[in-house]
Amino acid sequence: MNPKYEVLAIGGSAGSLSMLLTLLPHLVPTLNIALVVVLHRKDSEDNTLVDVLRHRTMFAVKEAEDKETIETNTIYVAPTDYHLLVEKDHSFSLDNSEKVNYSRPSIDVTFESLADVYGPTVVGLLLSGANADGVDGLKAIKKAGGGIVVQDPAASVVPYMPQQALNALPADMLLHEHSLERFIQYLADKSQ
Amino acid sequence: MTADLQLTDEQIETILEDMVEVHGYDFTHYSRASLKRRIIRLVSLDKFLSFAEFRFKVRQDPSYLNRFVEQVTVNVTEMFRDETFYRTLREDVLPVLATWPLIRIWHAGCSTGEEVYSMAILLQEANLLHKSLLYATDINPAVLEQVRSGVFPLHQMKQYSDNYIRSGGRKDFSMYYTAQYDAAKFDERLGKRIILATHNLVSDRSFNEFQLILCRNVMIYFDKELQDRALKLFDDSLEALGFLALGSKETLKFSTVTGNYRQIENKEKIWRKIK
Ligand SMILES: C[S@@+](CC[C@H](N)C(=O)[O-])C[C@H]1O[C@@H](n2cnc3c(N)ncnc32)[C@H](O)[C@@H]1O
Repeated sequence: MNPKYEVLAIGGSAGSLSMLLTLLPHLVPTLNIALVVVLHRKDSEDNTLVDVLRHRTMFAVKEAEDKETIETNTIYVAPTDYHLLVEKDHSFSLDNSEKVNYSRPSIDVTFESLADVYGPTVVGLLLSGANADGVDGLKAIKKAGGGIVVQDPAASVVPYMPQQALNALPADMLLHEHSLERFIQYLADKSQ
Repeated sequence: MTADLQLTDEQIETILEDMVEVHGYDFTHYSRASLKRRIIRLVSLDKFLSFAEFRFKVRQDPSYLNRFVEQVTVNVTEMFRDETFYRTLREDVLPVLATWPLIRIWHAGCSTGEEVYSMAILLQEANLLHKSLLYATDINPAVLEQVRSGVFPLHQMKQYSDNYIRSGGRKDFSMYYTAQYDAAKFDERLGKRIILATHNLVSDRSFNEFQLILCRNVMIYFDKELQDRALKLFDDSLEALGFLALGSKETLKFSTVTGNYRQIENKEKIWRKIK
């Protein structure tokens, strides 16, 4: 039997918010999963994302804090201007080192770190964006045996990022508005 | 960037043990996730073909020690980073410090000195610089040389000027430096009150008493145990009613010294020592 998914890692850039907001209400506590969300923001001082997400979900939503332990049924948002990494004891570490792919937080940094710690129990979801951040991260998740889901480029506001991912590796499934139920089922099959 | 040579967790531990055993630098209480990423990055930058080759270099080449420390620690910094933080220093902290006859400030983990020069500018504008001493320390001797030079990249000045204005600065920021090619050389009067020393928060002790200690974006790289050690060291080095300033994602909340402190009212990451 495959191990269950413990963490859903979501990365997105330009045009990704609407898909995220559409997805959130479908996530139910019986999935027993934690979410780690890394979104590029234009304004590096903008801290309103947590409030935006909070209205769409029954999960707790908070900015990830240094040394905080990851718990299920919680959505952790990477703070602006720090990379978000994960330790072996499932706690977060923040890091303000150089930007990666012109981004801080960088999706690659968080995905690679989650792959290292959670291995086959992490599923990576890459959404719309104009940058190739997240592709190496998905490769790392794949290599560690985790799941790969990519927003359908045809259904993405900015298809570049998901298309780069699909050029680099096969996805377990494509996400668009009409495949949300199937996506939840995909998570559920692996998280009971 | 994916490095060609991946290191296992055991190999990382081996290198950290070598650093303690051979060079006396102890990184074993640093956050592993970040440290591992930095070490893998270094191995990739320096194009090592095997772990054995990397380990040999670390153990045998004394000149590689500096390179290791420089690359494994994170030196990213800015002038007037976090505008509301600097505004609070200017408006709420400096007026209190002004009542001391001699003001001693410690920048622990000062990196290349952007934070120290920002403080010197604040003190200058409050007419306090002449009676202040700014102790700037770091584990990495190379960054201290940069502080000594007082020279920063010219292309950053636009952003630093914006940061300065947003934090409540009223002057023309360009009056603090002269442009030379791609460098901004800061006014020597600002550098005069800065005292530089290497100091390792892992192993070195308290060396003076201060009214203000800043240690920003350093302890996020430490595990809880080392964070607590550093905070105790700061507690030992802070005068009664002095101030301790941390980075925007750091806190005193979980440390054993927290009872001695009260966070200032606007919730910036500045604590006052009340016991
Ligand atoms: C990200 S920089 C922070 C610079 C500045 N305080 C700021 O917030 O912009 C972190 C600095 O901490 C230093 N550092 C790391 N470990 C240290 C230690 N054990 N003792 C003293 N300094 C250390 C690094 O060399 C680096 O210059």
